[in-house]
Amino acid sequence: METFFGLLAGNTLTRLVFFPTVAAVPLFFFTKTASKAAKIYVLIASLIELAFGVLYLAAHLGRDGGFPLVHDTVLSWISGYGVKYDLAMDGISMPLVLLGIFLLPLVILGSWRGITEHWPMFGASLLLLSTGVLGALLAYDLFLFYVFWEVMLVPMYLLIGIWGGERKIYAAVKFFLFTMAGSLLMLVAILWMAWTFQRLNGGVWSFAYDDLLRLNLPLHQQVWLFAAFALTFAIKVPMFPFHTWLPDAHVEAPTGGSVILAGILLKLGTYGFLRFALPLFPHASEVARPLLLALAVTGILYGALVAWVQVDMKKLVAYSSIAHLGFVMLGLLAADVVAWQGSLLQMVNHGLSTGALFLLVGMLYDRRHTKKFDEFGGLARVMPIFAFFLVFASLASVGLPALNGFVGEFMILTGSFRTLGWPAAVATFGVVLAAIYLLKMIQLTIWGPITKDENRKLADLSFREIAALVPLCVLMLWIGVAPNTFLQPSRQTLETVLAQYRQRVDEPDVRQASLRPATTGAEVAATEAGR
Amino acid sequence: MLELLWLIPILPLAGAAVNGLLGRRLPKALVTAVGVGAPLLSLLVALGCLWEYAHGQFPNDAYDQVLYAWTTGDLSIPVAFLLDRLSAVMLFIVTFVGFWIHVYSAGYMAHEEGYSRYFAYLNLFMSAMLMLVLGNNYLVMFVGWEGVGLCSYLLIGFYYDQPFPPYAGKKAFIVNRVGDFAFLVGMFALFANFGTLNYHDLFTTIATQPGLVTDHYTMGLPLASFVALCFFVGAMGKSAQIPLYVWLPDAMAGPTPVSALIHAATMVTAGVYMVVRSNVIYQLAPGVSQFVAVIGAATAIFAATIAIAQTDIKKVLAYSTVSQLGYMFLAAGLGAYSAALFHVMTHAFFKALLFLGSGSVIHAMGGEQDMSKMGGLKKYLPSTFRTYVIGALAIAGIPPLAGFFSKDEILHAAAANGQWVLWAVGLITAGLTAFYMFRSVFLTFFGSFRGTHEQEHHLHESPPVMTIPLWILAAGAVVAGFVGVPKVLGGIDRFHEWLQPVLFHPGQPEMGAGTEVLLIAIAVIVAAAGIFLAWRAYGGEDGLANERAWAARFPTLHRVLANKYYVDEIYDALIVRPLAVLSRFFWKVVDTYVIDGTINAGAYLTELTGDVGRFSTTGNVRSYALYFFVGVLLLGCWIAFG
Repeated sequence: METFFGLLAGNTLTRLVFFPTVAAVPLFFFTKTASKAAKIYVLIASLIELAFGVLYLAAHLGRDGGFPLVHDTVLSWISGYGVKYDLAMDGISMPLVLLGIFLLPLVILGSWRGITEHWPMFGASLLLLSTGVLGALLAYDLFLFYVFWEVMLVPMYLLIGIWGGERKIYAAVKFFLFTMAGSLLMLVAILWMAWTFQRLNGGVWSFAYDDLLRLNLPLHQQVWLFAAFALTFAIKVPMFPFHTWLPDAHVEAPTGGSVILAGILLKLGTYGFLRFALPLFPHASEVARPLLLALAVTGILYGALVAWVQVDMKKLVAYSSIAHLGFVMLGLLAADVVAWQGSLLQMVNHGLSTGALFLLVGMLYDRRHTKKFDEFGGLARVMPIFAFFLVFASLASVGLPALNGFVGEFMILTGSFRTLGWPAAVATFGVVLAAIYLLKMIQLTIWGPITKDENRKLADLSFREIAALVPLCVLMLWIGVAPNTFLQPSRQTLETVLAQYRQRVDEPDVRQASLRPATTGAEVAATEAGR
Repeated sequence: MLELLWLIPILPLAGAAVNGLLGRRLPKALVTAVGVGAPLLSLLVALGCLWEYAHGQFPNDAYDQVLYAWTTGDLSIPVAFLLDRLSAVMLFIVTFVGFWIHVYSAGYMAHEEGYSRYFAYLNLFMSAMLMLVLGNNYLVMFVGWEGVGLCSYLLIGFYYDQPFPPYAGKKAFIVNRVGDFAFLVGMFALFANFGTLNYHDLFTTIATQPGLVTDHYTMGLPLASFVALCFFVGAMGKSAQIPLYVWLPDAMAGPTPVSALIHAATMVTAGVYMVVRSNVIYQLAPGVSQFVAVIGAATAIFAATIAIAQTDIKKVLAYSTVSQLGYMFLAAGLGAYSAALFHVMTHAFFKALLFLGSGSVIHAMGGEQDMSKMGGLKKYLPSTFRTYVIGALAIAGIPPLAGFFSKDEILHAAAANGQWVLWAVGLITAGLTAFYMFRSVFLTFFGSFRGTHEQEHHLHESPPVMTIPLWILAAGAVVAGFVGVPKVLGGIDRFHEWLQPVLFHPGQPEMGAGTEVLLIAIAVIVAAAGIFLAWRAYGGEDGLANERAWAARFPTLHRVLANKYYVDEIYDALIVRPLAVLSRFFWKVVDTYVIDGTINAGAYLTELTGDVGRFSTTGNVRSYALYFFVGVLLLGCWIAFG
């Protein structure tokens, strides 16, 4: 009988999720001023975590490049209600988990100079946040998922509220309330589903994903549950019109917080749609599709237009996230395998390119303590290396072919044009707008003559800063040139999930809730073989 | 040799990487060696491949080289190159003209800051352009398509610490993106219906079952028309056609060899290549083809009228390029694809020559581009002068130079199809072309010098590293036309025959030999008349005197032409400004008041409820008794009377 601590010691998902927490504990004993030691300690911890991530991938990546579903040993948690400690990874969560782990050391390098106070606590918050994020991505029990989902909130709230800018409290509270408002409804929905499950299952409770997936609910019930889940996730993504917390949160958050927020936290929203909201409620999602599509496409265009007129560099990048994630949502709603592949890849892409952009904004801020465009201009002359990276990351974000952003956008749009037609065509116009706002950003920061004397003697990027950016750029190029390597692990998973989703969408509505038969191991093996 | 096909785009890419990453630390000679050497190797490999291709037999008449799978599964796209009769022509133009422009650049940019950066960008451009041309599917073409756009952006903004060049670069990129948007949608439509973007698969399927694209509708149009229209909008951006031509004149802010390579010889003709490549689809979309022809003709004459009133020598050439590209689309729209590509080739020679010539002039003038400050340069710059005149004669369509044959084929196509209006527009444009080109010849090289004494003192012929490319291109501008001598003039039209296998269309309608010769004679007379008029107007001592008198007589017309019909201003007022106002409205009003306002209202409501609650929960027993009593009373009333 495995125990939690037994799992923690092995090459398991538990270790991936909880190593950051374990590593955070000693930080509470660092003195406030021991920044240097704390920085090095956290950096090493994050690199160890990265090594764990790579080890786990190496152990489970299939020979054909696919990534099968792998569970950690399931432990009972709240036995009376069937709540289990169940972590599992498949082709959907794998890329996102690795992205999160990969970003952490870079975030620490990027926060080296920008964070001047309470470094030990800052590091601890980052590590705890990682646990929350990874846990939410890997939880295969909906109650556990909900717990991790809420755990994510607190460290992020602290990151903004303690190390943020001038209006940090306003932004932190806004972030907390927006996210909280949605997730409470989701909790109710989860409880209702578990209750229904036990009602149909002879009084035996379960929150397990596979069990709740067996619920065959009539449309009128699905609609309410879907609404609760969709609202939670839509706020997180964020979809128009629930996006207004994001620019505020980004502008006030410290660089590291922004990178994590954009890089991985927002992906929990789109991940939630892909993992829960769509497969659990196929009919309701079908009914809501036109509305959500309209919001996604609106978000693409709206986010881009508003980004274009920003006067603050960080806010521009923040609004660009709304547009980019609109593409991801479009792809998910298309229910097309190419579009889904594109959406999943684009979640990673956005993390890389927007992560890099936030790091770059932070590097400028560390030097000039401002993010306003009219304070810059002509920086290419004094900071050529910075200029190179800014252009590189922006082009990835614009969706220039041979860089990562293009692959995701192209697949999303190709796939969704096939199933949806004109909404995809309208959304494609977003690529024009992306060029408009990102080239504006480049133009106003690095091109043209230097107009401010303060900018004449700025130091170019240091070795540490370059070290934070190079891994991101290498990945952007790699994904752009040879995306197949990155698409392959998720393909089978997505195909299976999509096939089941489509099949259920096509099934007629039922009058009463019922339970589908449990899929046995043999059947799973049969479907695997049939593929 | 053919198995080295992939090296052709990769070699310049490697050159770009070396110079881009290490260039600032390398000695200048090494930068030059890498920067010019990579395109040279690329040219040699290309020539080897072309030789082998021309002398070999291949399935489908094409050599396919698959490098690796970009994506697999439902969307399965390989990174693969294709050498067929069409890409062979483009490959030759790009590597040959490209190499000589690199040589010229070594001289032209010798004293500029950012020498290695320049070569890194220019090599990167070569790589992207070759990828565009050699791709065996639309996706690889698109990768190159956007890649050349990026290099164009970077090279237009090469002088990045001045205000205008980065702005012009940005404008070019964005306007091109509008076209790219349509290109993408066209690809989506093809993929949605055929599940592939591979040329060979697509075109064979469509050619054998035309019903698939004529009877199926996409967004209200037959599929063929929809795709053809999307692709043409893409071409409008890249190849500077109405209404998306506005970026090209501003693109002249880049170094002059860049204008020659990217904005005259190669990149801007990518749109023509794309339409010719997709000729199967265009043949099945006659309405769109007619539209292409009309837009091409309109662009040709429109840009030519603007060119007449420009005094910046590079602006004249820029509008001339727009106009000549219009010619190419006129041909493509008429179904005369080989004529379009023929003009791509001859134009690459003479327009690159003219740009490099203007660069030599600008170089000698210490950066001056205004022709009203030039004059009489022929005695200082003999080689530049001679080659420039050769280029001008070629573009004007004087036999037997290259432009004569290619332009004649286009006019012939219009006449043979009975499209006499388009023919007339083409003819008038030919006259205007001869006129404005020789206007620039006379203003620059004849009369007396109008610049400062200092400029006059420094006037010098460019070094051989620049003049040799001029003579090479001049030779091309003289002889390139002979590959397409029409049958009526005793030739065999080898160029046309060469391309036949890749063209879906069986051929152009025939017309009587007598009529054909008559039309050729008319075209030559019109061109000669243009040159004659230019000589009468600008051939004197002060070339601009007549123009000033003319401008005084028609002030409005001159102002409208000199200001390029105010198109930039119109776009700004109709599109850019309203969009900015709308965006600010979204940001300041919708986000701040509507969305946050609603949420804040919710928060206030909560606060209000709390306040009311706090007011009522006083802890005072007598008030609770009162609430209780009122409650009971109301309940009693409801039971009694309800």
